[in-house]
Amino acid sequence: MRFVDEYRSPDIARGLAAEIAELAGDGHHKIMEICGGHTHAIYRHGIPDYLPDNVELVHGPGCPVCVVPAGRIDDAIAIAFEPGVILTTFGDLMRVPGGQGSFLDANSRGADIRMVYSPLDALKVARRNPDRRVVFAAIGFETTAPATAATVLRAAAEGIDNFSVLSNHVLVGPAIQAILDAPGQDLDGFLGPGHVSTVIGASAYEFVARDHGKPLVVSGFEPLDVLQAIAWLLRQRQEGRAEVTNQYTRVVPWEGNRAALRAIDATMEPRATFEWRGLGEIPWSALALREEYAAFDAERHFTLPGRRVADHRACQCAEVLTGRLKPWQCAVFGTVCTPENPIGTCMVSSEGACAAYYHYGRLQLGRDAHAAPVPSP
Amino acid sequence: MCLGIPGRIVAIEDPEIGLATADVGGVRRKVSIQLLQEEPGGGPGIDDWVLIHVGFALAQIDEQEAAETFRRLEAIGDPYREELDELASSDIE
Repeated sequence: MRFVDEYRSPDIARGLAAEIAELAGDGHHKIMEICGGHTHAIYRHGIPDYLPDNVELVHGPGCPVCVVPAGRIDDAIAIAFEPGVILTTFGDLMRVPGGQGSFLDANSRGADIRMVYSPLDALKVARRNPDRRVVFAAIGFETTAPATAATVLRAAAEGIDNFSVLSNHVLVGPAIQAILDAPGQDLDGFLGPGHVSTVIGASAYEFVARDHGKPLVVSGFEPLDVLQAIAWLLRQRQEGRAEVTNQYTRVVPWEGNRAALRAIDATMEPRATFEWRGLGEIPWSALALREEYAAFDAERHFTLPGRRVADHRACQCAEVLTGRLKPWQCAVFGTVCTPENPIGTCMVSSEGACAAYYHYGRLQLGRDAHAAPVPSP
Repeated sequence: MCLGIPGRIVAIEDPEIGLATADVGGVRRKVSIQLLQEEPGGGPGIDDWVLIHVGFALAQIDEQEAAETFRRLEAIGDPYREELDELASSDIE
């Protein structure tokens, strides 16, 4: 498959690296990526090794599992212990620590929390168990929100009355906005997320260039995609431009997926505020079910504890999620906090920056190596 | 759950609700194509490639992109295998 290799050609990569070095000039360029898939690609392929010292990549809150606050996990567990409840959720959420343990811990105390692949599988659990109350603990950016929305529409069409959703869906735009508004923010540009942009479209980021004067390039996941997107960002910087452009046109449309956006809009609306782990409260940054679909809203069926739970004292996920610390700079990285025994969410999810660095860090023995003691997994 | 997995549509089961069968790396499972349908019965057809997220096709892609995506996912290792296992356990209707 020759065409596949074209996306990984070392010659093309070196050519792009030379172009990046030239475009970077003497200035410093701090670029944030906001997508777990990019985090993976960057570490797996050692992208920083291709970059000059003055082009710095930092990770943003691109992993929805990582930004779910511990209090929301406790809320879901409280629902799971209500009479007759089956709680369903994606596998990624099962090990995330709340204030009183994870979903797996709750199961060992007698809860019935089941892993599903799709919200449609959760709906099937509801159909098969008419005498139980089946709740789907939903999570994800706009990549998974359309699936939840379409499932709610299906449940409504079929008149299923024992199914509801605990929505933890978050929105990528307001997260970028919060990062741009944070005091001391010194970012020079963004690698725009890949798959979430298939839903919201590259056009959704226009505020980044228009209101904040920062360039953003939506990027694919191949190493050459990422290098090309970085070159495009630096060229804009060199020419004094700040625009939103789409490097990943083979998958991401400018306007997004209209049917998916319609499904979200029909069933959900932005919450006035939502807590993000590491970022705190962000206005209009998450989705709740609309009044018309109250029958499918777990927050209206159950009383949630709604307690704020402080993160583990030693955990520095907040700094990692906002690009202020690199994973290996966290005090507990790789020692007390590992993928087997995670303290923070960045290490729990395979898409988290800490987990990605833990797995791939040894492949990246470039200029950071002296500052990056990488443990044996 | 953030991993989009390519699948090839091999059968349209119910055009009205947008239910299809996709071949995903040799595993055949039902997926919803309703979010690629501008009108009932529209959207991808047999042999088209789609990118599947949690049981829903969200984007139509070409064969080349599908091949690249498979290669990248295989390189990711365990999280991809877990996602495939979860997909294999899926039985939507």
